[in-house]
Amino acid sequence: MSPQYVPSFQGTHSYIASPELQEIVNVACDLGRPLLIRGEPGTGKTVLATAVAEALSLPLLSWHIKSSTKAQDGLYVYDTVQRLNDSRFGSGDVNDIKKYIKLGPLGQAFRSPERSIVLIDEIDKADLEFPNDLLHELDAMSFFIPETGETIKAVQRPIIIITSNAEKELPDAFLRRCVFHYISFPEAEEMKSILKVHHPDVEGKLISQCLVRFYWLRDQLEIRKKPSTSELVDWIGALVRGGIDAARLEKDLPFLGVLLKKESDLQAFRSGFRKNSRY
Amino acid sequence: MFINFLYQLRSYGLKVSANEWLVLLEALDRGHAAESFTRFYYLARAICCRTELDYDAYDRCFLAFFEGIAGDTHLKEQMDEWLKNAKLPRPLSEAERDALKTMDLESLQKMFEERMKEQKERHDGGNKWVGTGGTSPFGNNGFHPSGIRVGGEGQNKSAMQIASQRQFQNLRRDLILDTRQIGLALRKLRHWGREGLPDELDIDSSIEATGKNAGDIQLVFRPERKNHLKLLLLMDVGGSMTYHTQVCEQLFSAAHQSGHFKEFRHYYFHNCPYDDLYTDVDQNESIPTKEVLLKHDPSWMVIWVGDAAMNPAELTEVGGAIDYFQRNQEPGLQWIMRIKKHFPFTVWLNPEPPAYWMRTSNQMIRQVIPDMYPMSIDGIEQAVVSLKKQKQRGRT
Repeated sequence: MSPQYVPSFQGTHSYIASPELQEIVNVACDLGRPLLIRGEPGTGKTVLATAVAEALSLPLLSWHIKSSTKAQDGLYVYDTVQRLNDSRFGSGDVNDIKKYIKLGPLGQAFRSPERSIVLIDEIDKADLEFPNDLLHELDAMSFFIPETGETIKAVQRPIIIITSNAEKELPDAFLRRCVFHYISFPEAEEMKSILKVHHPDVEGKLISQCLVRFYWLRDQLEIRKKPSTSELVDWIGALVRGGIDAARLEKDLPFLGVLLKKESDLQAFRSGFRKNSRY
Repeated sequence: MFINFLYQLRSYGLKVSANEWLVLLEALDRGHAAESFTRFYYLARAICCRTELDYDAYDRCFLAFFEGIAGDTHLKEQMDEWLKNAKLPRPLSEAERDALKTMDLESLQKMFEERMKEQKERHDGGNKWVGTGGTSPFGNNGFHPSGIRVGGEGQNKSAMQIASQRQFQNLRRDLILDTRQIGLALRKLRHWGREGLPDELDIDSSIEATGKNAGDIQLVFRPERKNHLKLLLLMDVGGSMTYHTQVCEQLFSAAHQSGHFKEFRHYYFHNCPYDDLYTDVDQNESIPTKEVLLKHDPSWMVIWVGDAAMNPAELTEVGGAIDYFQRNQEPGLQWIMRIKKHFPFTVWLNPEPPAYWMRTSNQMIRQVIPDMYPMSIDGIEQAVVSLKKQKQRGRT
């Protein structure tokens, strides 16, 4: 019989995690598999890594992916230009290649003697081949630096949290190695507890009125970019600072620009969501 | 039992391999699902599903596979009454919780049925009868480690209930989602190439040139990589297409918003194109079809959108156009053939499900444009693949 598993992550005081999300995080930590998180924008995918790091008090290494990011960058960068420069102008010891090897977030996590958390944020922003280039490194948790003939192997398997916005399909071989979770949009009850964390002093009546209007807005088919949790949090903050009470919300929606970011959505709202077909 | 679940998942189209299965078993072995059906549901879902598009298939499979275990949810109306306005559960000490032994589902169900036969009235806060706020395994708002919740609002949802809600139904692959996903599908059409002014540093060539130049740095520039895709959208509007307005709108706005095309144009027609194509939805402004052919060279890709449902005469007869003012001199099919001949890279997206594609008019059009796909995410993806293939064939 294997040792009884002790659950560790339960959210933090500022991050409310649903029971299933807690479960999945713990499974991923325990199995040492990367955790792939998807969900609507603004459902707290990126913040999850910060929350896990805080809850387990482990260091967090973030790797924000851009369209130009290469898989290699996460492991190490060999600063050839610096070395070339040094060799031309004779400054620094050019023979020591190690000096020009800079470890990326994954490389640092592998080398660090204590367990760390690596956040690979928005992996779908990178080139299509990007995830495939990381397959071996995530599996074996080690990589080889040909320039120095050194192999860096993980002392402690890091907890890897990957977020994706589904802009690109990720390759199957990559998905197979991950534990996957889709953060669905929180229901009103869960939303209430999330709001309590962010706005502890706001009276309940205002919050429930905001929620009613918020979910109503999300239900409108004409809205192309639905407002998300983070936008709701900002909106309530704006309402409180503007000193607006619950009664006024029934008639109109102040600071609408915080919730709706698209000109066409705002127009649709002003025209009262009449059916205006293009055809 | 579990291995059958694996095969059932596969039969529902989830690509589960032995690899995932071993991971799931390892997780179970490490005590992750810990006798909880709900936790098992989430655990297996996290490991077996690759994307949220798989969630609905998983839910359906889970329901079908564990149906027998879910228990008889059939309720006596009278019992529903007892369970209304439930009392809150009283807090339990650890010792009390331990005392409530968990039961396996079979004996639980058996006990439930017996209790059902005996019970005649409402109970609250007890530990035996079907009631509320108590520690009996049956009833609601109560606490029992492996209880059957009867009616009322669930505080802790059970796996079968979650699966049966099928809240991820909207994320199925064969349904039209939002413009963003269509945009993503269209994005694969991009065609990259380098043309124009050299304004990007070509590092590889620079290194080579520097090497040849005996180490003195020499920079080489090249034109930036740009997308050369040109897309023409021809859309059927009005009449039977009115039902499909929303999906067509989505496709249109996805194509319109996405920056994936070097150029994007669109024209409208009603049922079938003739001498003129329209530049607006209300069919007031028009442009001669021949001019469209002149203005766009054959490298443009064409996506037709229409239900291809009309009277065959509209395709075959002179003057067969549905709108009297068209008075076409040539049959509609002739025009479709002409357009297809000019633009070799052509697909047709049909918002009607393929089951309705047996109409004569549809079959006649498909003889000219064989690549017809349904207007779902899958269909659009297939259409994109087909366009790419046509292009590759054209090049060689």
